[in-house]
Amino acid sequence: MNILYFLVGCSLLMALIFLGAFIWSLKNGQHDDVVTPAMRMLFDDEIKKNPDE
Amino acid sequence: MEQQKVSTASLCYHCGEEITGIDRVIDNKHFCCAGCQGVYQILSSNNMCAYYTYNDAPGKRFGQSSHFEYLDESTIIKQIIDYQDEKNTIVTFYIPTIHCSSCIWLLEHLYKINPAIFSSRIDFLKKQITISFNNQELSLRAVVEILAEIGYEPAINLQDVVKENNHSVNKSLILKVAIAGFCMGNVMLFSFPEYFGLSGLEQQFQALFGWLNIAFSIPVVFYCGRDYFVSAWNSLKHQHVNLDTPLALIIMVLFLRTAYSVIFNAGPGFADTLTGLVFLLLMGKWVKQRTYHHISFDRDYRSYFPIAITTLQDGKEKPKAINELIIGDRLWIRNGELVPADSILMKGDAWLDMSFVTGETEPQQKVLGEIIYAGGKQLGEGIEIEVVKNPSQSYLTSLWNKENYTNNFKQNFNDSVAKYFSVMVFIIAFVAMGYWFLNGSSVKAWAAFTAVIIVACPCVLALSTPFTLSAILSVFDKKGFYVKNTDAVEELAKCNAIVFDKTGTLTTTENANLFFIGTLSDEEKKLTVSLLNHSSHPLSRQILKRLACGSFYPISKYKEIPGKGIKGLVNNQMVYAGNKLILPFDIKPDPQHGVHIAINSVYKGTFVIEQQWRKGLINLISKLEDTFNLKVLSGDTNKDGEALKKFFLPTAIIKFEQSPQDKLEAILAQQKAGENVMMLGDGLNDAGALKQSNFGIAITDNINNFTPGCDAILKGSSIHYLPNFYQLSRDGLKVIKISFAIAIAYNCIGLYFAVQGILYPLVAAVLMPISTITIISFTSIATRFFARKNHLI
Repeated sequence: MNILYFLVGCSLLMALIFLGAFIWSLKNGQHDDVVTPAMRMLFDDEIKKNPDE
Repeated sequence: MEQQKVSTASLCYHCGEEITGIDRVIDNKHFCCAGCQGVYQILSSNNMCAYYTYNDAPGKRFGQSSHFEYLDESTIIKQIIDYQDEKNTIVTFYIPTIHCSSCIWLLEHLYKINPAIFSSRIDFLKKQITISFNNQELSLRAVVEILAEIGYEPAINLQDVVKENNHSVNKSLILKVAIAGFCMGNVMLFSFPEYFGLSGLEQQFQALFGWLNIAFSIPVVFYCGRDYFVSAWNSLKHQHVNLDTPLALIIMVLFLRTAYSVIFNAGPGFADTLTGLVFLLLMGKWVKQRTYHHISFDRDYRSYFPIAITTLQDGKEKPKAINELIIGDRLWIRNGELVPADSILMKGDAWLDMSFVTGETEPQQKVLGEIIYAGGKQLGEGIEIEVVKNPSQSYLTSLWNKENYTNNFKQNFNDSVAKYFSVMVFIIAFVAMGYWFLNGSSVKAWAAFTAVIIVACPCVLALSTPFTLSAILSVFDKKGFYVKNTDAVEELAKCNAIVFDKTGTLTTTENANLFFIGTLSDEEKKLTVSLLNHSSHPLSRQILKRLACGSFYPISKYKEIPGKGIKGLVNNQMVYAGNKLILPFDIKPDPQHGVHIAINSVYKGTFVIEQQWRKGLINLISKLEDTFNLKVLSGDTNKDGEALKKFFLPTAIIKFEQSPQDKLEAILAQQKAGENVMMLGDGLNDAGALKQSNFGIAITDNINNFTPGCDAILKGSSIHYLPNFYQLSRDGLKVIKISFAIAIAYNCIGLYFAVQGILYPLVAAVLMPISTITIISFTSIATRFFARKNHLI
């Protein structure tokens, strides 16, 4: 059962890494604007030739 | 007839508006005005026509653009930009016209128009653009001019909404929620073994899990829960009790008892209840913080004023920041610009639209040497004025600096209940403790005392209010009613008197009717239409639509005089259209305000814009009359006094020619008489009254327009829902009270165990989430029910 000490430590470490990742993304401003990126990704990379011409 | 069909049936390729005047055609595309055509030409020459492929007619018509000379002044630049080094400048602007994905595409490809722009990023909800550009090759002014050229002129005002919003983003609360949630999850994990019972083999882990739980509780109590201690301490210092006081006490008791249990190995602690409680409380706080990105409720006169104004120094024009103006400065005010400070007219023909300040819509003429109050807008040619008072001390701004606004201490339901609640809990806790002491069981006495305090947690009270009220807020904003925060909803429910402003509140200029006083023959109509065809002024276009005449004469000597009107030689006859100032002669008696038409020095008549009452006004007033004491305070003259009286009961008070100060004092007087006043207004002239009233609503036809500081913003088209909004807010308070009763029922179950000193942590840990879930689902279902009952869903 002593393996549990190791496993508890591992799970804690993983959880802390995820918490750290969230805090980093928050400080980094990734949650400031959640609407525009969704619209931005729909734009085409290359500009199409105007179909009218 | 055929020609008319062609010209009215086609829509502008850029802005999508009907083409009423000359149909401009390039590349087989139709445009309504030179502005739209110009934007298209810029875009097509830069190979950016993809703008038009994402949406049909994504553009917006725009009026004349402002002057940007002030953006060359380094002191003003410093106030605007975010960051600057030798090469790179970063600046953020608020652009009100951003409205669709095409806007994002265009504004994020600005580098195609000018390669000196490195990048541009849009925040769509906030309508903001962040531009980074090479300051060696491009000036800030050039950047703004590029934006204005393509129809996206940024709004640069004295009150920088962009910067203020950035400060208000509450990242620290989100961080606290995240940490509390993280700790709660882990504490739950380590508490489960205890719940299911530990076999002899696993006993060794009990101490480890206990210590881990304490370790997780420490950041939750001292970081996440810190605000509750601060708030409780502050309210105790002022000798009153708010809801945070019992909450802080509970958090402390939970923590101490958990620490005691673990250190002295006296069974499992309450770490799971503790972390769960703090997490839920913070969630409630987060729900309460509703942010409307594109709306600001705290605007004052500064958002109306530009950031800079043209001054005259030794006969030369020089831009100067408004907050650096001093007494004696000479200012040059162009057509359409605002007077930023109380001043004396020195030179020029001053026609001032004072509607911002007084609500009176007719322009006033000022003579040389007369005082011009700040907030007036010049119509006509430029004037020269001399500042006599600092901008911050003008008549207009003094409305904001008054000390009237101190008595608005708002106590909500939660805080008023919290006091009785805390007293009750303490009585029960001490009685239980006393009982067990008398029975000689001091261990049980302490257990009972702490358990009572833990179980009687007003957590539900702290949650039901934000959840109910924020559910109501989201019902409101779907109907075009944007309330500042949840506390304001409680204020709305308490109102028993309503004060209306007239112009812009009870009336609207949108879809205004034009009617003509006088007569025009068909030939004269054709002459008028030919002239108006060349103007892009909104009034000209409205008249064109109204006259619906399809054929035109050629025109020569066309001249447009800003703030006055237009004139031109049509078919050898001189035609004038505009306000009084354009006419070559005086008209007696004074005609009504509107667009005057004169042909060959003969006055033909006037197009008058009819003040239109808002739709459903009769219904609205008759519904409100039962519950509220109604009053109208108008800054205008009483020209529609009779029409207005028809809507109201004879007992209603209707007053005209009220200055902003009068309005404010009228509201103060009503409040002294014990009334809770709701104020509906629209302009700066109502600003003082809106702020003083218990619940101030600013009415606007376009949500992006500037509105004065207020508690709520209401779309003009939704004004007929006002009684429903009021009723829903009252129902909301009812829901809160019912959920309070439910919470008390749960507490009684918990107290039953607690007073006996046998509250096992598992019971507390189960009871709390169950009661929370009950309350949250009850409030959301009940709110939906009442919203449906009030026809708001």
